[in-house]
Amino acid sequence: METAEHDLPAANAFSEPEPLGPGSLVRRHRLSTRLWHWTNALTIAVMLMSGLMIFNAHPRLYWGKFGANFDPAWLEIGAHGDSGYLRIGSLEIPTTGVLGTWHNGAGKFVHLAFPGWATIPTSYSLADARVWHLAFAWVLAGALALYMAWSLANRHFQGDLRITAREAAPRNIWHDITEHARLRFPTGIAALRYNILQKLSYCAVLFGLLPLVILTGLTMSPNLNAGLSLLLELFGGRQSARSLHFIAASGLFAFFLVHIAMVVLAGPINEMRSIITGKYRLPGKREEPS
Amino acid sequence: MTPLQIGRRKLLGGIAAGTGGLLLAGCDRIVANPSVNAALRGADPLHYRSQRLISGSHALAQEFAASDMSPVFRENGNTMPEAATYQAHAAGGFADWALVVDGLVARPLSLTMAQIATLPARTQITRHDCVEGWSAIGKWSGPQLATILRQAGVSSRARYIVFHCADNFGPAQYYESIDMIDAFHPQTILALRMNDAPLSVGHGAPLRLRVERQLGYKQAKYIMRVEARESLAGLYGGKGGYWEDAAGYQWYAGI
Repeated sequence: METAEHDLPAANAFSEPEPLGPGSLVRRHRLSTRLWHWTNALTIAVMLMSGLMIFNAHPRLYWGKFGANFDPAWLEIGAHGDSGYLRIGSLEIPTTGVLGTWHNGAGKFVHLAFPGWATIPTSYSLADARVWHLAFAWVLAGALALYMAWSLANRHFQGDLRITAREAAPRNIWHDITEHARLRFPTGIAALRYNILQKLSYCAVLFGLLPLVILTGLTMSPNLNAGLSLLLELFGGRQSARSLHFIAASGLFAFFLVHIAMVVLAGPINEMRSIITGKYRLPGKREEPS
Repeated sequence: MTPLQIGRRKLLGGIAAGTGGLLLAGCDRIVANPSVNAALRGADPLHYRSQRLISGSHALAQEFAASDMSPVFRENGNTMPEAATYQAHAAGGFADWALVVDGLVARPLSLTMAQIATLPARTQITRHDCVEGWSAIGKWSGPQLATILRQAGVSSRARYIVFHCADNFGPAQYYESIDMIDAFHPQTILALRMNDAPLSVGHGAPLRLRVERQLGYKQAKYIMRVEARESLAGLYGGKGGYWEDAAGYQWYAGI
């Protein structure tokens, strides 16, 4: 596919005079994007891992205004004797060794929802997990706010993430899905633009999951419930907010898994260089089966 | 597959596993480092000030309808103080229980349960949020703490109100403390009734603090003494509460 240079988003304007093609080294990610990416990568890791430890203190989720041990939980991680399980609704999945019951680093059998290798800190401490989670919450929200303001000012959002009607057409989305399923990624200059699946997933994270995880987090604070009672109404009560917080965090983790898989499939060295230094080598033509 | 490829794969796998292991061990060391923990706790004043800024001094915790109440309100923490004196009071229906109010006050008080029962009571159906994550909605009734503090003539030097409790965890007595903003908040009451019945022993009889904009561990049970203080230093473990001293929970529990 040929793309005229003037079609490129303003953000991807570069100074090299020679025509760009496969193999050219170009400027890909701005400093603002790269700074936020790595701040956020660290912050999300800390938030997810300390969040799992907080969940360990009461590994049950409810809908509504209240919810405790005598009330029905829609999700629960627990153990029958030494057999761990994850229960969602009436579906119970055995998870011995991973969730509910597992061996710690010292070989000791532990009855806790999430295993030590996935939590901050490694051994049970709700108090320390809260210290980490609440301190890094400022970094998460602060960095997101700065990045959003910066990306509006330098037109990163308008230029790179805006979804046009043509892109949103079902046929185009389906085309991108089939291309991704065949692991055929754009080459040459086309690789410089986010495709529709990238735009949709980045927008879902930036404008959906991250604001949701922050707002539902705030809704669990009893003092903010007094000052910002609207949030309680919005999410249908504190226990619903806690459930939505967990679901949004799971969504962020799912994004992380797909994101890493895509980096590996698209060429991990080139992709890592572009998110660290900003420079990206335009991928060449893929070998087509004859 | 050539031996070279197997070798390379093994090497890559080894590097990945090694890096992962080092990363985990490194992370663990960072997390366990006391100065890292102290640095993160440096955010506590930021939490407190921003919470006060957003919700102010007077914003009320949500109050619910009777139909919103939890069918079962679980008991938590200590459910029967070990002290023989407490158990004797419980056996006698707390007829001789006295609440001491002292510290930075003009008129130290010793109030009998009968006297406390004659004070104007506030009844509120509120949500109790445990730091662990669960919530229960119940109905509480008792005099506002502000009424008692005014009666005792609390000094303007007082910055904290401390609640000394009859229960203990091993050698450590339970206690809690709040600032003057929460002490004078209209929903801060010393509950002597819960769910239209006298407060049960499991829920903190005969008197339990309700400080509705904070988490469960601040809701001190079995209150014997209310003390006005300028500082929390030198009191028990010095951090202002049993769980704060014993396990490092944050003193301000509005989050």
